[in-house]
Amino acid sequence: MRIGTPIAGAIRSAVNRTTIVAEYSAFSLLKNALTGNRDWKPAWRAAVPKPRYDVIIVGGGGHGLATAYYLAKEHGITNVAVVERGYIGGGNVGRNTTIVRSNYMLPANSHFYEWSMKLWEGLSRDLNYNVMFSQRGVLNLAHSPAQMDAYARRGNAMRVAGIDSDLMTREEVAKFVPDLDMSRDARFPIHGGLIQRRGGTARHDAVAWGFARGADRHGVDIIENCEVTGFLRDDSGRITGVETTRGEIGAGKVGVAVAGSTSEVMRRAGIERLPIESHVLQAFVSEPLKPLLDTVVTFGAGHLYVSQSDKGGLVFGGDIDGYNSYAQRGNLPVVEDVVSLMLTMFPSYGRLKLLRSWGGIMDMSMDGSPIITTGPLPGMYLNSGWCYGGFKATPASGWCFAWTIAKDAPHDLNSAFTLDRFHNGAVIDERGAGPVPWHH
Amino acid sequence: MSGVRLPSGGTLINRDRPLTFTFDGRSYTGFEGDTVASALMAAGVGTIARSFKYHRPRGIVSSGPEEPNALVTVGEGARAEPNVRATTAELHDRLTATSQNRWPSLSFDLMSVNGLLPPVFGAGFYYKTFMGPTRGAWHVYEHFIRRAAGMGAASRKPDPDRYEKSHLFCDVLIVGAGAAGLSAALAAARSGARVVLADEGAEPGGWLLAETARINDIAAADWTRAMVAALAAYPNVRVMPRTSVYGYYDQNQLAAVERVTDHLAEKPAHLPRQRQWTIRATEVVLATGAFEQPVLVDGNDLPGVMLAGAVARFAQAYGVAAGQKVVFFGGHDGVWETAVATADTGVGVAAIVDPRAEPATDLVSRARTAGIAIHAGSAVVRVTGSKSVSGVAIVPVSASGEITGAVEALNADICATSAGWMPAVHLHSQAGSRPVYDEGRGIFLPGEPRERWRSAGACHGVFGLKAALADGAAAGRDAATEAGFKTDDAALPEIEAEREPSAPVILRSVESPRSAKAKIFVDQQHDVTASDVTLAHREGYRSVEHLKRYTTLGMATDQGKTSNVAGLSMMAGLRGEAIGAVGTTTFRPPYTPTALGAIAGRDAGHHIRPVRHTPMHAWHLANGAEMIPAGAWMRPRVYFKPGETLEQAYIREARAVRESVGIADVSTLGKIDVQGPDAPEFLNRVYSNMFSTLAVGKARYGLMLRDDGILFDDGTSWRLSETRYLMTTTTANASPVMQKLEFLLATVWPDLKVSLASVSDVWASIAVSGPKSRELLARIVDDIDVTDEGLPHLGVRQGHIIGQPGMVARLSFSGELAYEVYVPARFGIEAWETLLDKGRDLGISPYGLEALGTLRIEKGHVAGSELDGRTTAADLGLAGMLSKKKDFIGKAMVNRPGLIGENRQVLVGLTANGKGIPNGAQLIRSATPGAVERSLGHVTANAYSPALEGYIALALLENGKAMHGETLYAADPVRNRHVEVTVRDPHFYDPDGSRMHV
Amino acid sequence: MRITCPVCGERSAAEFSYGGDATIEMPALDASPEAWNAAVYDRENPRGAHAEFWQHAQGCRCWLKVERDTLTHKISSVALVGKAAGKGRS
Repeated sequence: MRIGTPIAGAIRSAVNRTTIVAEYSAFSLLKNALTGNRDWKPAWRAAVPKPRYDVIIVGGGGHGLATAYYLAKEHGITNVAVVERGYIGGGNVGRNTTIVRSNYMLPANSHFYEWSMKLWEGLSRDLNYNVMFSQRGVLNLAHSPAQMDAYARRGNAMRVAGIDSDLMTREEVAKFVPDLDMSRDARFPIHGGLIQRRGGTARHDAVAWGFARGADRHGVDIIENCEVTGFLRDDSGRITGVETTRGEIGAGKVGVAVAGSTSEVMRRAGIERLPIESHVLQAFVSEPLKPLLDTVVTFGAGHLYVSQSDKGGLVFGGDIDGYNSYAQRGNLPVVEDVVSLMLTMFPSYGRLKLLRSWGGIMDMSMDGSPIITTGPLPGMYLNSGWCYGGFKATPASGWCFAWTIAKDAPHDLNSAFTLDRFHNGAVIDERGAGPVPWHH
Repeated sequence: MSGVRLPSGGTLINRDRPLTFTFDGRSYTGFEGDTVASALMAAGVGTIARSFKYHRPRGIVSSGPEEPNALVTVGEGARAEPNVRATTAELHDRLTATSQNRWPSLSFDLMSVNGLLPPVFGAGFYYKTFMGPTRGAWHVYEHFIRRAAGMGAASRKPDPDRYEKSHLFCDVLIVGAGAAGLSAALAAARSGARVVLADEGAEPGGWLLAETARINDIAAADWTRAMVAALAAYPNVRVMPRTSVYGYYDQNQLAAVERVTDHLAEKPAHLPRQRQWTIRATEVVLATGAFEQPVLVDGNDLPGVMLAGAVARFAQAYGVAAGQKVVFFGGHDGVWETAVATADTGVGVAAIVDPRAEPATDLVSRARTAGIAIHAGSAVVRVTGSKSVSGVAIVPVSASGEITGAVEALNADICATSAGWMPAVHLHSQAGSRPVYDEGRGIFLPGEPRERWRSAGACHGVFGLKAALADGAAAGRDAATEAGFKTDDAALPEIEAEREPSAPVILRSVESPRSAKAKIFVDQQHDVTASDVTLAHREGYRSVEHLKRYTTLGMATDQGKTSNVAGLSMMAGLRGEAIGAVGTTTFRPPYTPTALGAIAGRDAGHHIRPVRHTPMHAWHLANGAEMIPAGAWMRPRVYFKPGETLEQAYIREARAVRESVGIADVSTLGKIDVQGPDAPEFLNRVYSNMFSTLAVGKARYGLMLRDDGILFDDGTSWRLSETRYLMTTTTANASPVMQKLEFLLATVWPDLKVSLASVSDVWASIAVSGPKSRELLARIVDDIDVTDEGLPHLGVRQGHIIGQPGMVARLSFSGELAYEVYVPARFGIEAWETLLDKGRDLGISPYGLEALGTLRIEKGHVAGSELDGRTTAADLGLAGMLSKKKDFIGKAMVNRPGLIGENRQVLVGLTANGKGIPNGAQLIRSATPGAVERSLGHVTANAYSPALEGYIALALLENGKAMHGETLYAADPVRNRHVEVTVRDPHFYDPDGSRMHV
Repeated sequence: MRITCPVCGERSAAEFSYGGDATIEMPALDASPEAWNAAVYDRENPRGAHAEFWQHAQGCRCWLKVERDTLTHKISSVALVGKAAGKGRS
């Protein structure tokens, strides 16, 4: 035994097992429990960069890892590296409020997010990693007759597109979410709501880890602590690889999926301006509580969304702070406003305590919709502009980006998510807020 | 664990004031000054709570806000507050506390079966299973997992208490009133600076209140109280007890919560429960102290395993003996001093176990004198006991940590460990400075300040009492100086000489010879064990953040105050790297869990967004109006007559307008007074159509575009003189339009001589509409000629109405002969009532938004549901309003490819045969309800038209102009409707506009 | 965050509304669609020093040009813009 340098290997070295356990299941859990959990292997290898890959994905967040996974699984492209500045899943995939939904109104969005939903529905089994996708429903509250009509419009748009959606009456809402303030004279009286029952939540970190493990099992190299400092080009100007803090790495194709830092990374490729601003969005979690909220509720007269995690914390968020920021921390007025909205909806939550708040950097695009495209340089592919919506998009984003990289052309599902749509006027403005990124 | 109240002592309690309280329904007594924890400990209650995952019985570990285990629910009914740290909850008479996370009872918890199989339930076990047999299976498993998880239960009843918010401005804010904080406060106070001293404790003083050293030759607690009183006497000092500074935000804005009545048995009605303070400080001194860290050993979650300092503090501050056979364990001199001080209070201290072979001789002799057995060169390898500690197993160890002999069992009822003290750098970290690890001392120190703060005392790595007082004074002087005040060098208090500590061993955990059988808990609340850390490492979750997220270490309600560093050091050991290289996680606000009610204050509910009422609001309410929100305003939807349905009511109102006269409250429209010689040019630039040619005394309907060519707003502007316009906007855009105009004048066209003033609230506005409107108007105007010649279509006149200065404009949204009447806001109600009174014989009716909507739909006029931020002027048939003679905002971008072409959805009218056309329906070709097909457009507005005697609607429809006459279906599956509709021109009624030109 | 308005003094950022990148010059009304596209959509979005507009919407309603670091939120200067530029206290 040693003290001072705890948990040394003295005892452990006596046990030498060689069983390889790769599949996760209840059986493997029991088996490993009986052997002291000594046989689990790393979920992904700590890969060392090779000189060259067919495809390099810059960014080890949810989208980058999903892209690598689908490149390997769907397109057989396995000589792939994901390079990540820090540790994988350290950005927004691990900082969001975990909501998954496809309740969009505009066709380009609804079809894309619905494909994502379909991928979510099979994701745990596909990855052999439980991402805890919980289809507990996503309820949007309506606070006026006009808003009920607006939700009917959205719900109808979803239904004629084959996506589940239902209007709920006031009474149904009251029964479904008993803690809501249902009084008629509430500041924002509840007239009903729109529910997507297939929507819900997932365990955010598990999505990153599950995709990482899935990609790794297909031979993808996941290279952490490897910051891209520049891009390699040939004489024609084509991107041929990346310069990193761990040396140059060659690539046939380079995909960039670094939402939050898109402008800064693309600047290293000489792209100085993009239709993107970085803004801080705060998220909040309460102390853990016994079950009290069984669905995801979003407020209709402001920006607030709340659900309860499996651990029991109320996970909630609101508007972005509203100014360009790369600091992963927000300011007090927004904290106060979000909490006030929460108590306006749920007056019984006043004695519950905020446990933690944090910030993530959003890639706010100029129309509130994402970019998944070839270019903007030869040999390069760009995935960005996720605004608030990136987490639920993770599977479809990776799936479509993989397709776009593999085929050198977008899939129908992401053909509208181009970079040139802004200049062309073919914007996808779900909120109708115009070219003001902090209004989306 | 067999706690008992000592016969005397306790600096914080008042033995003359006994209090009764209950825990899990049983009645106990304590004293004023007790915490729930100290009172329960004094009553011999050992098990206070159950852990999160394995539901293992847990006791009190600490004496402060770092407590991982002893969480209880305090209060009952609507006032029940879950997850309260018993170690900081002040006892009051008749307090009720309840244990949590157990079923059916604290002593017998069925869920604790989890604890029998911890290897299965290791870190992240849930990621590896629960994936079958079907795709939706997780939802079923989750149901049970959620019930086992969580901690306390929420009350589910609206919180009856009130919370307030206050703001404070000061020159120097000092966070923490321990030795360093008090000293800093005094130094700053003497400079004349406005000083705020905030402390989370019930009584300022921190650990000084349990300090055995004498200061200026009096007991430390007495010196502290005198010091606090002296500070409070300074007019420029504000001492704030029970105030936790929980957040450090940009530019030295800090958030704090003051617990105002939580500690009172009788809560005065005039006081809020808690008060949030927003503190703006020029300079900040962070004197936040340090948290003692445990030495992790096998069996360390048994009730009775405590922090060494906590055992001493319970004795000194509360007069409570945690046990009578306390074994202290740690590798530094502080453990010895703590043990001796504890013994001096009358607590039975059985032994000191120190891995160092040769502890300082003075300590050894003091311990011997106190009757404490000494086990130098030894380590505790296991804590034993079933429900609580009954003994510890110790072994002799070499200097390098090897076991050199046999296990020896010691009797013990408390195992008190200490791995030294870790600076509380939470606020520093929140303020953007990453803590830096000092490998030599084994502590995290604050990073370089990014905001205007400095540290003092223990959080600064300055631990001795004398040094902390000096460091605090220096920090206080520095802060005051930086804030612009002159400071002096006051003498520091006299303290008896402190001994020089001998070299410590940095010992955070002890590996157990039992290996796999060992249960070494790192994060007690979340049941994260040393094996979990090992497993995380084995599976590649090796970065600090992966460790934290995979095992949930440090994510419990204590945010890892006593577990982060141990976990970090284990991971560093596994990785073979230094702790500093492995890093630390970022601390996030709040520093301790903070009531949502306090953060919201009174801003929740009706106060969150002020509701705006027009001058006629009270009349609407008194006369049957159903009010609905329109932006920030409340507006009448319809005025119900007894027995009427909504449809009957609005049809009646709309008919009155078409047949006689109606009045509508349109005060909510935005109104901007635009003045200056360049006002005509300015309006030309911001409107798509021409305004410079508008004659004085005339109004014109105008369109505003966004920069990107999409429609922004519409409304009329009235030319009141050569250099003055009154611009009106839609209700929703009143503020955005004003802001945009101000932006343009300030940043783009500063050369334009134009001034703006919002006059939305200055005027009450009433639309008077219908064939008899002129006749009615003539009865209320004093000096305005309202004949067709005197006030032609789109004419504007200023004069007197009901004797007040006002304006009349002949404008029509309904398509009838109509006027808008403006009177000063305070005469709005009088004008309204006068109109109704004088119009009674004409068949007048007030009309609300539904009728207003019906009338405009009949006319094909656009409103908010068509101006939805995605439509262009051409989409809505308004291309003719885009001037070709001048430039205007949006013109350059309006013809981009995406905004033109056949696939644009354009405004059309719809009719249906005897059936309502649902608003929000999608337009498709299929006659089959529920059909899934590409939508061609959607219904934007619908009504029953009394003029056409049929259901009509407006819609946006792809290539709509070419679709007139075609049959489509308004698909409304969410309301189970599917209505056949015919597409037509949107101008349903009086398309040539003859009715308003009479 | 706190912004020192040259007219009103130091105030909470909650009183101000954001106006975005102040390095963008709005093109002339008759400028090309390309010039307008660049101004309306394309942003440098730097990590670090950023010049931006804020309006003291709940105060004097002046528009301000603020130099702020987007990583640290540190504000290095605040100035009035337009006609009011150079006026007010500094």
